[in-house]
Amino acid sequence: MAHPQQTTKPAPYITIRDLTMAYDSFVVMKDLNFTIDRGDVFIIMGGSGCGKSTLMKIMVGLKEPAKGQIFYNDLSFWEADLSDRMNIMKHIGILYQYGALWSSMTLAENVAFPLEEYTDLGHNEIWELVSLKLAMVGLSGFEDFYPSEISGGMRKRAALARAIALDPDILFFDEPSAGLDPVSAKRLDDLILELRDSLGATIIVVTHELASIFAIGNNSVFLDPETRTMIAQGNPKMLLENTQDPKVLNFLMRGDTKGHIS
Amino acid sequence: MKMSFNGPTEGVLLIHLSGEWRIGGDLPPVKEIQNQLMSEIDIRKVAFDAKDLTQWDSSLLILLKKIKTLCSENSIFMDHEGLPKGAKRLLELATAVPEISDAKKVKEHETFLYLVGAETVHFFRSAREMIAFIGGAFLAFIRFFKGKARYRRTDLTMAIQECGAQALPIVSLISLLVGLILAFVGAIQLKMFGAQIYIANLVGIAMVRVMGAVMTGTIMAGRTGAAFAAQIGTMEVNEEIDALKTLGISPMEYLVLPRMLALVLMMPLLCLYADLMGILGGSIVAVGMFDINMFQYYIQTKGAVSLNDFWIGLFTSAVFGVLVALAGCLRGMQCGRSASDVGNAATSAVVTSIVSIIVATAVITIMCNVIGI
Repeated sequence: MAHPQQTTKPAPYITIRDLTMAYDSFVVMKDLNFTIDRGDVFIIMGGSGCGKSTLMKIMVGLKEPAKGQIFYNDLSFWEADLSDRMNIMKHIGILYQYGALWSSMTLAENVAFPLEEYTDLGHNEIWELVSLKLAMVGLSGFEDFYPSEISGGMRKRAALARAIALDPDILFFDEPSAGLDPVSAKRLDDLILELRDSLGATIIVVTHELASIFAIGNNSVFLDPETRTMIAQGNPKMLLENTQDPKVLNFLMRGDTKGHIS
Repeated sequence: MKMSFNGPTEGVLLIHLSGEWRIGGDLPPVKEIQNQLMSEIDIRKVAFDAKDLTQWDSSLLILLKKIKTLCSENSIFMDHEGLPKGAKRLLELATAVPEISDAKKVKEHETFLYLVGAETVHFFRSAREMIAFIGGAFLAFIRFFKGKARYRRTDLTMAIQECGAQALPIVSLISLLVGLILAFVGAIQLKMFGAQIYIANLVGIAMVRVMGAVMTGTIMAGRTGAAFAAQIGTMEVNEEIDALKTLGISPMEYLVLPRMLALVLMMPLLCLYADLMGILGGSIVAVGMFDINMFQYYIQTKGAVSLNDFWIGLFTSAVFGVLVALAGCLRGMQCGRSASDVGNAATSAVVTSIVSIIVATAVITIMCNVIGI
């Protein structure tokens, strides 16, 4: 098995190396190389349809890359045997774009399911944890509701409660602000930072919402659909100040680059 | 919609646009511009004069976009200055993101041979998927018998309720009517020979040996198979199956296994019930129209129907249970990510189930004939 290069810095937690993503013969992105450190709130950004969600799917094991590798610590995810890969996946929590709550279960059952599957906890302990997780996302009292009986924003928060049920080391968020009003989006951003600080989780957010990008991100990668590769990496605020790339600047300034591009 | 040319002078071709440009009007042919640009005179810049343009809409932009493409193909600068302000902005918007040429779906020339080839490839791909799915379901069954399968008991009981008790009204109605029809059609012929009593034999053997199972299978294909495909398809659309996979839970065990178990367990019971309802339907015709009393009908049926017939019927129904569950779940798992895909999955599940039921009936009938039972 190949290992990522050793550096003087602490080894990165997640390493993406020479990654190419494709649907059949159509290459979505190629030559992706970046690292994510433990405790980062890492933003995968870029315009609509540039392959952000596809990259997330590859990172969580839902889609195989056309080429390249993903390392969690020093373990190559796609080259690892199934049990090692499952072991990595147990430490990952995901908030899908539309929640993806299991519609035949109540909110409490949704949150309890990963606990029932992966822990030896008793019924009472599981339900205490379920109440705690739902309370953390502001859904205390909604335990017996089905996903179809609550609003989109509440569904998203319930899905977040499910994603953090097992106290994961890595949390993925696919377009967390999509479909939320500004206040709810801000609450979710605050919650993401809170989770990073309290759980010590590494957080990877797929988004193109500028407010969220600047509010929570401390590292990022910018995917460009034209060249079909990443054209920038770094702290989003630093990128805004220092980047010379007009596409990145255009994106980070919502297209209003007057006076910034010389 | 008027367009005229001035020049080229000093390498500049000036295009005059005038009149009212509206969608539906006759657009000036691009060929004219092409001829101008391709002429031997060296053109380095194309400019516009739109002072006499009274009104315009997207039709003007269509022409401007074509001119822009021609200019970039011939390395000619296109000066937007003379254009109306709005048109200038919209043109910039339309040309801001360059076309990703290989993203376009290539439309092959669909000759007969191409279509045959494409269908053959599709057939083999589907066959491979189907075999892989059957293999996965088989492995899930093995894990179930070893007690290692991960599924929710409540899902199994819900599926049993859905496939069993909730299907009784429709199975009752259809089976009763099928028995009634069989009796009526047979009785008219048998009456000519004074052999009305054999209605009981006809209905009894037909229902118990094959019709009970076939009718139950068909009902369950339309009712439950389609429901399975729609349920699993909707879960695919809502990323619920992705959420299961990333949690390390096999959708085959979690979603397919309980549904398949429920149908395999319930189908023989429903078939038995359908047999009884069909015989009841036959007795209604025999007693009501052909002066046969209920006791005679019962004795005649008892004498005609052997235990073998029962076992064959029950075995057939269990096979149908597997087929309907497999077809429903397979089509659900193959579902795409749009609402119409869910509808297609449900339709496809019903078609696949019914075709496989008919094929299986033919195979079982021939096998029974060969074995001599």
